[in-house]
Amino acid sequence: MSGAEKIAVTVTDIVPVNELVTRFEFKRSDGGLLPTFSGGAHTVVEMRDGDITRLNPYSLMSDPMDQTAYTISVRRDDQGRGGSLFMHTKIAIGDEMVISYPVNLFSLDLRAKKHLFLAGGIGITPFLAQIKQLERFNGHWELHYACRTQSLGSYVDELTSQHPNETHIYYDDQKQVIDLVRLLDGQPLGTHVYVCGPKGMIEWVRQTAAAEGWPREAIHYEEFLAPQPGKPFEVKLAVSNKVISVGEHESLLEAIERAGVDAPYLCRGGACGQCETNVIDYSGTFIHRDHWLDDAEHASGQKIMPCVSRFEGKTLVLDR
Amino acid sequence: MTIQFNEESFRDDYSFYNSERAIKRFPFPFHEDSYMYSVNMEQHRGGPKDSVYEKRFDVDEHYISEMRDRAIVLAEDPLRCQSLPHMTLAGWDLLELIMVSKSEDYPDLFELHRDGNTWRWINKPLGIDDTFTFLDDATLPYGPMEYITRQAQGDFAVLDQRDDNLWMDAGMVTTQADWSLDFDIGMNFFEWHAPVPLAHEKGIFVRALKFLLNIQQGAPARRLNWTMTVNPLLDTSPENYHKWGIQKTTLTPENIGAKQHLRVELQTFFRLPRSNALVFPIRCYLCSFQDLMTVPKWGRRLHRVVRDLPVELATYKGFINNRPMMLDYLKNFDDGLPTSPGIWPDLETEPPLQK
Repeated sequence: MSGAEKIAVTVTDIVPVNELVTRFEFKRSDGGLLPTFSGGAHTVVEMRDGDITRLNPYSLMSDPMDQTAYTISVRRDDQGRGGSLFMHTKIAIGDEMVISYPVNLFSLDLRAKKHLFLAGGIGITPFLAQIKQLERFNGHWELHYACRTQSLGSYVDELTSQHPNETHIYYDDQKQVIDLVRLLDGQPLGTHVYVCGPKGMIEWVRQTAAAEGWPREAIHYEEFLAPQPGKPFEVKLAVSNKVISVGEHESLLEAIERAGVDAPYLCRGGACGQCETNVIDYSGTFIHRDHWLDDAEHASGQKIMPCVSRFEGKTLVLDR
Repeated sequence: MTIQFNEESFRDDYSFYNSERAIKRFPFPFHEDSYMYSVNMEQHRGGPKDSVYEKRFDVDEHYISEMRDRAIVLAEDPLRCQSLPHMTLAGWDLLELIMVSKSEDYPDLFELHRDGNTWRWINKPLGIDDTFTFLDDATLPYGPMEYITRQAQGDFAVLDQRDDNLWMDAGMVTTQADWSLDFDIGMNFFEWHAPVPLAHEKGIFVRALKFLLNIQQGAPARRLNWTMTVNPLLDTSPENYHKWGIQKTTLTPENIGAKQHLRVELQTFFRLPRSNALVFPIRCYLCSFQDLMTVPKWGRRLHRVVRDLPVELATYKGFINNRPMMLDYLKNFDDGLPTSPGIWPDLETEPPLQK
């Protein structure tokens, strides 16, 4: 069985946070305690939507030491493949669901003298857990959080009232922008930077920090990619000797799983590298969308990350 | 099963011994008649009853004596236990993992009573009954990692995970096969494995690291490793090489059966939840050649493995000079019959020695 260990949970609370974001609380269905976790960890939520099973990663935002419940926040994506819409429209309190054990691909560097958090939109969620973890151990942190508008600023009130000195909010519609160069310049030695938000924001922070001479190891980022819809395509799985079709609204990984082939995975968002698959033969164009393979690997035509990447063309044969 | 703890030593008079039960459950490391490196990992979730795989942390007849030996080593050389400042949370993770596992797996020997962050830990074999505040270092006589690993058999390397690598940033290492925590502290996975021959070229470490980085909470893994030790020494450290290295020259055809030990490490890997660090317990089991030869399958196989091992590996494992004498001894237990696959003794099904 691929992926992390599973936990059977019950949805115990659903709270609309704003127009786009809803918070879900899970407790163990057997009444036991959930595993503790480290701030920045995510869980993969299984969504059984008719014939389709989607597994989407969401950052855990609750207190890592609280073993009674986990909470996640889901931003509705009306253009996506339906995972977030499913959570928003089909899930009710009392529903039984399956989630994975916590997996952390966005861990705090505990050597840091100071943790500088940069959040964009729903990217605030991992920081909520990390802040709770650091508060418990008197960690030194500072948050700069950019939101589109005041009304879409998830958890802004909670953050500014509990941590007024550490929290800095920026509203796009008021033309407030993080002065990143100045902010980086003023950090004490031993500061680590963490960024979670849209792709453009992550690139901006990484490039600005690199240009300012920050070591690569001191910049941490996490962006889960949701698989994007695309043209249907056919794939031959050489090891299991099957030909499968990948539908418009499913990922290559989901299509492989639907065919009954057990393929490794962990994050399902192009970040962790677990599902890396060798290409045996192809004639066509890859649509690589992952963060795992480097540019040379993308260009080589020898590897694909089936959780987020697609293919257009005549033939694709995978070593799976 | 109630464990009868041995009164024994791993130094000076070497009164260490294995009971018949301990021999049968010895983790013989060779699943076939030859040996080469591989990333031989499997999930660590139980195993055959009374095998060393059954519990998360195996406790056996050597427990009390091994903990006594550890205390002696630490008194002479405190640097065998080190924890860089950012690893304290991982130490608490490890303390929790061991206390919870042992109290659940051996309720007759260990008890853990938790009331919020007030914890009471009872270790009956060692006569310990301590109450402390979880996550408050000041309430324990040692740091959390040192406290619990003074009560747990085997060495413990606690590895920080960052920059797609693992870092040897904390550990308790007193029963090691010739490596030094004090030398390796702060090194990454490739740095501390640099001395190992052949494996780098085979890409073993790149694959092993990838596997280890992806070990997740709730899904521990394990593997066996092995070497050879003359006399039942737990502490075969570089720091004390001047004391034990010379003992390799004391082997004779008469004493080799009793003095030469196969040294096996049961290595397990657990993701630590609060710190996202990885703990790597390395549990050492020793068995003399003469005790191993009481299992016909192991006698046949050990001869073949030692005979056919590449020179580089016999050199790295430190027995190239003694190999001819070992083979003279071991060949008497190899009648050329085939052996059954797998590591288990198969005493009921494998034929006795045919000569």
